[in-house]
Amino acid sequence: MAATQVVRSEWTKIRSVASTVWTLSLAVVVTIALGMLISALSRSEFDSMSTRDRLSFDPTFISFAGMSLGQLAMIVFGVLVVSNEYSTGMIRASLAAVPKRGTFLFSKLAVATALALVVSMATSLAAFFLGQAMLGEHKASIGDEGVLRAVIGGGLYMTLIALFSMGVAAMLRSPMLSLGILMPFFFLISNILGNVDATKKVGRFLPDQAGSKIMQVVPPLGDDTPYGPWGGLGIMALWVAAALLGGYVLLKRRDAQ
Amino acid sequence: MIELEGLTKRYGEKVAVDDLTFTVRPGIVTGFLGPNGAGKSTTMRMILGLDHPTAGDVRIDGTRYDRLEDPLTCIGALLEAKGVHPGRSAYNHLLCLAQSNGIQPRRVHEVLDAVGLTAVARKKAKGFSLGMGQRLGIAAALLGDPRILMFDEPVNGLDPEGIHWIRTLMKSLATQGRTVFVSSHLMSEMALTADHLVVIGQGRLLADTSMAEFIERNSRSYVRVRSPQRELLLDVLHQGGITAVAGGDGALEVDGSKAEYIGELAARHQLVLHELSPQQASLEEAFMQLTAESVEYHAHTGTPVPPQQWGDGWKRG
Repeated sequence: MAATQVVRSEWTKIRSVASTVWTLSLAVVVTIALGMLISALSRSEFDSMSTRDRLSFDPTFISFAGMSLGQLAMIVFGVLVVSNEYSTGMIRASLAAVPKRGTFLFSKLAVATALALVVSMATSLAAFFLGQAMLGEHKASIGDEGVLRAVIGGGLYMTLIALFSMGVAAMLRSPMLSLGILMPFFFLISNILGNVDATKKVGRFLPDQAGSKIMQVVPPLGDDTPYGPWGGLGIMALWVAAALLGGYVLLKRRDAQ
Repeated sequence: MIELEGLTKRYGEKVAVDDLTFTVRPGIVTGFLGPNGAGKSTTMRMILGLDHPTAGDVRIDGTRYDRLEDPLTCIGALLEAKGVHPGRSAYNHLLCLAQSNGIQPRRVHEVLDAVGLTAVARKKAKGFSLGMGQRLGIAAALLGDPRILMFDEPVNGLDPEGIHWIRTLMKSLATQGRTVFVSSHLMSEMALTADHLVVIGQGRLLADTSMAEFIERNSRSYVRVRSPQRELLLDVLHQGGITAVAGGDGALEVDGSKAEYIGELAARHQLVLHELSPQQASLEEAFMQLTAESVEYHAHTGTPVPPQQWGDGWKRG
C-alpha cells in the first residue's frame, strides 16, 4: 500500500464534503473582516491614545486581530476533518481499506494541513495588506523589520491551530466533545490565563499564547516574555506534536469504533 | 479462506468472543449464525483488524489483515448500512475507498451499476433509504473484486426484492469460487443461502457443520400420539417394536414411524386415540434449542415470580 494512494483518497474525502468549504471560508472572511474593522478603529483612536500606548503601537499585530475569532473556524475545520470519520462510522470502512493506522492518520493530517497552510497563508497576507490599508498613515510596510516574519508567522499560526485541533480530535473522537473543549479554551480560558497576573507565567506557555508571539513586531512596554517570536512558535509546535502523538498512540491501540 | 485460531475478545470481565476456532472455505456460502449479542459482529470486526483480539489470531488467505497489500482487493466487507458520511455522494464515497487501494475509478462505476445505484451516484448519502445504504455498502465490498466477501446481516432493512437479490448475489459469488461469509440471526434465512454453518452463542462455538448435515441431524420427523389409554398404548407400541418417548402434555412421540402404521396398530387393539399427527421439528427450533442456554436476554415464559411486597425486606430485617 503506497502512501500516495492514501493521500489521494484523503484528498477525495476532504474535497467531497461541504464542511471543508464553509469552515475554511469562514476562517478567511472572519479573520480578514475583523482585522480590517479593528485596524480602522485603531486608526481613529490613535490620536486619543496615551504616549505609552503609542510607543507600543503595533500596526502589524493589529491587522491580525481577526485571528482571535477566525481561529475558531480553523478549529472547527481541524476537528471535523478527523472526527467526521467517527461520528459517521466511516472510520470502519477507512481502516478496513487502510489497516496501517499510522499511514491512514498521517495521510489525512498531511492533506488537511497542506490545505490549511495554503488558506492560512493567503488569509494572513490579505489580512495584513487590507489591515494596513485601513490604518492609513500609521501603517507598517512589509519591508519593515520583522513584518514579513510576522505575516508568514500568522499563516503558520493558523495552520498549527488547525493541526492541534486534529490531534485533539484524534484523541477524543467525538466532534462535540472536541469542540466543547477547544472552542472555550482558545476563545476564553487561554486568554484569561495568559493575561491575569497570577497565572501569566504559566498561561503564556499555552499553545495560542506562545504561538501568537510570532505576529508581534513591536513588543509591549515592559515585556518580559522569556521566549522570542520563533521560540513561541516552537512552544506551540511542541503542543501540536504532543497532541498528534497522543492521537496516533490512541488510534493505534483502540478498537475502531 | 478465513482462518480463526482461538480468537478471543474480552471487554473487562465480559467475554464477547470466547476461543473461536474455525475456517471459512472458498467456493461455498458459510453462514455465521447466532442470537443477537452472540459476538458475530465483534468477530467480523476482528477479522478486519478493526478490533484487537484479546487473544488468538485471524488469517486471511494465510496473512494477517494489517499485512495485506491493498486489502480491499483481497477481502471486501459489508459491516453496517450507515458507515457513510451523509454529506458525501455515493460516487465519492466509493472513489475515496478505491483510491486508497489503487483501484481504478472505472471500477466505481461498475459496482454502482451492479448494485443498481447508478441513478443516484451523485446524490448525497443522507437521502438514502436503509436499503440503498445497504446496497452502497455491498458496492464497497465488491469494489476490489475480492476473493473473500463478508456480509454482516445483509438482509436487514431490505425489501423482499432486495433480499432475493442479495441471496442470488451471494450464491453466484460462491459459485465463482469466492469465499462468502455471511452472518444472520435468522435460521430460516441461512437455510436458504448457506452451504455451511457456523453457530455461536455467547461468543462460543456451538456448531461448525455443513448445512445438509445440520438439517439431517436436526430436522427430526416424528409422530405425536395421544390416548386416554396411555399405558396400554405404550405396551402395544412396545410389542410392535416401536419406541415411544414422552412428549409434553401427556403425549407420546414416536420417531421415524408412519402415522398410518401406528393408527392401524391402535385400531387392531381397539385403543382410543385423541391425537395422531406427523410432526416436523423446524430448523428454527433446532437452532433455538442449540443456542437456548447461551441466549443472553431471555424473554420470560411461564409464571412470573410474584413481586415482593414493598417493605418485606424491612420486616424480615
